[in-house]
Amino acid sequence: MSTLEAQQPGIPAPRASRLSQPYWDGCRAGELRFQRCDTCGTIPARPTTVCPHCHGRSLTWERSSGVGSLYSWTIVWRPQHPAFRVPYAPAVVELEEGAFVMSSMIGCEPEDLRAGMRVEVEFHPADAEVTLPYFRPAG
Amino acid sequence: MPHPFHDVAIVGVHNTAQARHLPEHDSASIALEGALGALADAGLEPDDVDAVCSQFATDDILTLGLGPCTRRHMGLGIPSVLDAAALIATGQADVVLMAAGGAGVYTDRASTAPWTRPAHEFVIGYGLFTAAEFALIARRHMLTFGTTPQQLATVAATIRNNGHVNPRAVYFGRGPFTADDVLASRMIADPYHLLDCATTSEGGCGMVLARADRLPDVRSKPAWILGGGGDSMGPSYHIAPRWDMRGSSDPEIPNGYVGRRAARRSFAMAGIGPADVDVAELYDPFSFEIIRQLEAYGFCADGEGGDFVADGHVGPGGSLPITTDGGLMSFGHAGHTAQLLQRAIRAVEQVRGSCETMQVPGAEVAICSNGGAGALFTDVLLVGSERP
Repeated sequence: MSTLEAQQPGIPAPRASRLSQPYWDGCRAGELRFQRCDTCGTIPARPTTVCPHCHGRSLTWERSSGVGSLYSWTIVWRPQHPAFRVPYAPAVVELEEGAFVMSSMIGCEPEDLRAGMRVEVEFHPADAEVTLPYFRPAG
Repeated sequence: MPHPFHDVAIVGVHNTAQARHLPEHDSASIALEGALGALADAGLEPDDVDAVCSQFATDDILTLGLGPCTRRHMGLGIPSVLDAAALIATGQADVVLMAAGGAGVYTDRASTAPWTRPAHEFVIGYGLFTAAEFALIARRHMLTFGTTPQQLATVAATIRNNGHVNPRAVYFGRGPFTADDVLASRMIADPYHLLDCATTSEGGCGMVLARADRLPDVRSKPAWILGGGGDSMGPSYHIAPRWDMRGSSDPEIPNGYVGRRAARRSFAMAGIGPADVDVAELYDPFSFEIIRQLEAYGFCADGEGGDFVADGHVGPGGSLPITTDGGLMSFGHAGHTAQLLQRAIRAVEQVRGSCETMQVPGAEVAICSNGGAGALFTDVLLVGSERP
């Protein structure tokens, strides 16, 4: 069986930065959050204080529905660090609000992945401090 | 208006031994060997140098006793060559020494090489490394244009066969390879098999640039910078690498074709076009990256890169031989910077006519490149045998 599963705690885990704290706080609370520019509606690629499109300085965190579509993915068989169990499936997901997020697909076989398939977020702990958003096929 | 680099000559290049391990060296010491070798190639002495562009610039200045001496620490291949040329063109220096090298950096073999493993908070938890990041880009091209694993494997086999016949390559004599051999190697990050990926090794290299009035002191045949430029979409390995990512400088160019603006500017500076290029010393971290670059630089139309490589253009005797020393896949890949500068070194060797293997007969114009869409940047350099 090679069903894609969330990694177990012990993997190299992220640490929040000042600007990203609301994102990681959201993950711990079971919410996928993203920033949007109050002026032009642009969603930046990462937490920021300046909109990359209109350069306005007013951005607000919003809660995503957690539903999106699979934009691109790969199936990794050679782990970058021995703590990662293979196979795993790094994936780029386009949320229905328009944000693109880096994540990993779980809850299906590698062969089941299709471009544009509907996916939904599912949270799993990376360690005692950080919770990671994964995506699985939408039910 | 005269060409901005009319008075800038590349007068020396050198590769040290490249190997899986060079146990006598660390990165700084092998880079220094690359620098000294490039000076010897030029027939110049360390005392002739008054600027160093290298990640070890100040170390080299102290070690070789060069001060007071200009230093630039970025050391990132092509942008550094352009910096070095600008130091001469603007009168800040007369002879610029470049050095790069990596040794003793990759020791934990249970993990992928440290420079391939990003630590940024939005990617670290997903086990990303360069093969996976670049696979996310390749898949979009395959989905959009129907590019096939066989076409990717054809690129890898071509480059690896160039290394197979090069006695200076780490993987000399390890082939020959067919596309089927590449497809039969174990999967790393789908669609990339082991042989679709760059190797990792240790080695150093160097380059020397000089103002043209120093040429009477130089023993080598000079090469010339016809054009150059660089494109970045943002920091490498911080965010999801996306083919369609765009920005304001040219919204027509997606990240998948990062380097297109750089190539256009390079060709404009040179006053030539893609049809004038004799050989392409393209950066080859992963096989698909060649296909994307051929499209980005205008050697074929968007979406036709897969057919272009399958039709034999990029092999020996083809219309555009690529990565003729074996590149990152076979010649060497010493980590952060050496393999970047080595693409420019090979371009110089081609237009000098001094390649020991896979010399393209009569090559006058070479393009070389650094980077890749998975890393959100691409730099381009055009090197020629004639003074611009």
